[in-house]
Amino acid sequence: MKRYLLPLIAFAVLVGFLAIGLRLKPSEIPSPFIGKPAPSFSLPTLAAPDKQLSVADLRGQVWLLNVWASWCVACREEHALMVELAKTHAVPIYGLNYKDKRDDALGWLNQFGDPYVVSLSDTRGLVGIDYGVYGVPETFIIDKAGVIRHKLIGPVTPDLIREVILPMVKKLNA
Amino acid sequence: MPKLFCLLLIALASFAAQAKEAAPLATDPALEARVMAVAEELRCLVCQNETIAASHADLAIDLRQQIREQLVQGRTPTQIIDYMVVRYGEFVRYRPAFEATTALLWLGPFALLLIAAGAMWRTIKQRRAVPVAAELSTAQSQRLRQLLGTEGDKV
Repeated sequence: MKRYLLPLIAFAVLVGFLAIGLRLKPSEIPSPFIGKPAPSFSLPTLAAPDKQLSVADLRGQVWLLNVWASWCVACREEHALMVELAKTHAVPIYGLNYKDKRDDALGWLNQFGDPYVVSLSDTRGLVGIDYGVYGVPETFIIDKAGVIRHKLIGPVTPDLIREVILPMVKKLNA
Repeated sequence: MPKLFCLLLIALASFAAQAKEAAPLATDPALEARVMAVAEELRCLVCQNETIAASHADLAIDLRQQIREQLVQGRTPTQIIDYMVVRYGEFVRYRPAFEATTALLWLGPFALLLIAAGAMWRTIKQRRAVPVAAELSTAQSQRLRQLLGTEGDKV
């Protein structure tokens, strides 16, 4: 009996590991920024390039930083949801227009709607590097003190908005 | 006419040069070698099994440019790798540092080897300990002869 038990246990352990492995998302790397101050930037706004906006200007409110680009297909997927979310006024959404051409970006917002309070032009992607962006779209939840509380990699879904973004915004605003 | 042909050849040659893959931005081969040495140490987050040196992803190209700029500014490879770790996390190291969270990664194979060696040693010891077939008693020999229906000598 013991002879068969041992391989069976070994097999069960293996199945356990494989089952966990199936559920992991290796493309989602935990951000080292969670709980740390949002890296500072001062960038020209997309609408008026002569105006600048910095992280410090956004202190005192809970806000989302949504990294997007007109060339990014997955951004199109989530964009309608962002527009919906903006309409509810639950949380201000700021856009980081990542490695994009201004005309393309403006045309894109014109076509699909503009959920952003302000979009910032990160033409060379340097702020993207400072934020550890590696897969657009990405969405950061930043609290009143300017600390990054959460990062979503890839397009947001209705579930993520309902179960992650909104509860967290509510908690941070409380 | 030969002159025209030459011109045409030059024009074609420059065209071919343009069609080539994007050349490294630093023209200094020594600097480029240093950039690549640092890039070999960093993982491309878009295609995770590649280093930044090997990857053709846009992000890898941008990060190589970062390495290049920072080397020109006189920063050391360690400083540059730390800069990347601050932004992308420990995972960006292609050779993970030895820490509590990576201990299993580093020691796991050796632990498995030890366990396997131990199991093998035990099995070998057990097999050796198996007693050599015992001599039959007289009564057993008789019974055996009965069962086989043979004469004693033949057993």
